[in-house]
Amino acid sequence: MGNMVKVGMADMNICKAPDAITTLGLGSCIGVVLYDIRTKICGMVHVMLPDSTAIKMNDNPAKFADTGIRDMLKMLEKQGVPKSALKAKMAGGAQMFAVKSDNDMLRVGQRNAEAVRKVLQGYGIKLMAEDCGANYGRTIEFYPETQELYIKSIGKELKII
Amino acid sequence: MSTRLEEFSDMEFDVLKEISNIGAGNATTAISTMLGIKVNMEVPVIKFLEFKELAESIGGAENIVTGILFGLEMDIDGMMMFVMDCKSAQRMIANILHVDEAEGTEFSEMGLSVLQELGNIIAGSYLSAISSLTHLSIAPTVPYLSVDMAGAILSVPAIQFGTVSDKALLIRSEFGDEATSVDGYFILVPTLEAFEKIFTSLGL
Repeated sequence: MGNMVKVGMADMNICKAPDAITTLGLGSCIGVVLYDIRTKICGMVHVMLPDSTAIKMNDNPAKFADTGIRDMLKMLEKQGVPKSALKAKMAGGAQMFAVKSDNDMLRVGQRNAEAVRKVLQGYGIKLMAEDCGANYGRTIEFYPETQELYIKSIGKELKII
Repeated sequence: MSTRLEEFSDMEFDVLKEISNIGAGNATTAISTMLGIKVNMEVPVIKFLEFKELAESIGGAENIVTGILFGLEMDIDGMMMFVMDCKSAQRMIANILHVDEAEGTEFSEMGLSVLQELGNIIAGSYLSAISSLTHLSIAPTVPYLSVDMAGAILSVPAIQFGTVSDKALLIRSEFGDEATSVDGYFILVPTLEAFEKIFTSLGL
């Protein structure tokens, strides 16, 4: 068994099989995994917000779907993984509180998921599987060896996509 | 006026801390009164944390907690949240309903409704302290409750902070007596415009 690389909130990292990569307790945030089947190298970014251009406070690229995925591609490229080799999986984007409000901020989970899909599409990276939405938190683990994304939630069975 | 939290002056930051402190103190007193226990309130610990560290400070991202969320309306826009670990929540429910403390993370219908009501009291007393200090009208929405992993619960205020900062403000308040000690965390997230209003109202 390899090591488990941790990714925090608004954070990103990469790993290579047999290591695996994880982010704990995703709520409205999204865990995006980009992986290359051939080299078994993968990257994970834990994005909080959809769009870095929508707000002024954007020093941390990993915080946003657009800049997070952009920088993740750069990191993978440095490891010799070209964009064309990558596929993606993602999970998260829940609405943690059943708020009856038109406040955009509280529906950010859904907007995050939409933003990630759009950014991936823009780079021509295929989204192979996703587990987004609903109202519960998720801990995710990605194993580049098998390209499986494990999704753990409280009181729910382990889900593998 | 700064456009981001990191650029706040020491003075502005101190004011923010003090407001949070007074709010948390008031809310803590209200809860203790309701529980009918002697209060040994610790001085709230106020931390400015990176998002990465936020969940760790509440026992880890996978620690199961109860979160009570409110929207803020009228003069101040934003949200506030009260987070308790499950054990503290069960303890408070048992104390109020005069039943035995439940184990684990399952809550009865009645228990959840007690938590919601607690939330109302907490928000009311927290916000009224801030209101009377700043002479601003602040009203909470109805409380929303969720029991889940700390990381997931905290992502909600963290995202709101994320629009103005790379860090979040967390206030930890511990209260109760030896038998009924409760650990609670307050997170107040006004919008940037709301910060401005608070500072202006205090003559900064």
